[in-house]
Amino acid sequence: MPMEKLTLSFDIIGGNFIAAGEASSATKAALRKIGLSNDIIRRVSICMYEGEINQVIHGGGGKAVIEVDERRVAITLTDGGPGIPDVSKALEEGFSTATNEIREQGFGAGMGLPNMKRYSDEFEIISKPGEGTTVVMSIRF
Amino acid sequence: MKLSDVREILSASVMCGEERLSEEVLSVCGSDLMSDVLAFVKDQSVLLTGLMNQQVVRTAEMMDMKCIVFVRGKTPEPDVVTLANQRGLTVMSTMHRMYEACGRLYSGGLV
Ligand SMILES: Nc1ncnc2c1ncn2[C@@H]1O[C@H](COP(=O)(O)OP(=O)(O)OP(=O)(O)O)[C@@H](O)[C@H]1O
Ligand SMILES: [Mg+2]
Repeated sequence: MPMEKLTLSFDIIGGNFIAAGEASSATKAALRKIGLSNDIIRRVSICMYEGEINQVIHGGGGKAVIEVDERRVAITLTDGGPGIPDVSKALEEGFSTATNEIREQGFGAGMGLPNMKRYSDEFEIISKPGEGTTVVMSIRF
Repeated sequence: MKLSDVREILSASVMCGEERLSEEVLSVCGSDLMSDVLAFVKDQSVLLTGLMNQQVVRTAEMMDMKCIVFVRGKTPEPDVVTLANQRGLTVMSTMHRMYEACGRLYSGGLV
């Protein structure tokens, strides 16, 4: 599909609810520019935005790297936050450790990770308590 | 249905995007939980919500929506409206509660 390869990299700031989503927004604009289809762009947007929000809320901030090649868009989200004690539990729809304060901001449905899994073609979480979390997703053309 | 019909059905006031009221809309989503909104990848065009922060705008942007309607007469901070306008989103505010606003649009033909 796209002729050019592309790599984008962002620092995500933990706890900042106002800036949250800026990296996803910039990614979306960049993918538009290289001419990816609306369907692909929307799936990447959902996956990345959910991941970015998780880094802001749960992960204490982190790094997001987006790589586009001739086959896929890959999203790698890394943080040095508290990690996830039970990953399979975290992947269940409705599971959330979000506080009431977070819920009042519109998050904490426990749907973020399930959404990311559903809309990506490849999905992997590597996480250990105390060592942070890495989420790798790819969306194939 | 056009955005101008949405405004009429909800007796809404338009906070930005007046110039885009002739755009067509197909379906509506009403929620205060953003991941709920993100869970359905159909062509939703209007987001009804009682939540009023930047993340409402981001969510609508990620989903390629056209319009955000704040229910229960809520008006967001100016910077939320500014962000929405930058992203090409129309913003409205209606006095109706969520349930009523959804019902009116549903009866009007939006699903
Ligand atoms: N980067 C992360 N670091 C630490 N914990 C995480 C991280 N991402 C997710 N979690 C844990 O996994 C749980 C489930 O995440 P998920 O995104 O599915 O739901 P949520 O963020 O709580 O709510 P929603 O995404 O619906 O707003 C979180 O509540 C949190 O406990
Ligand atoms: Mg989440």
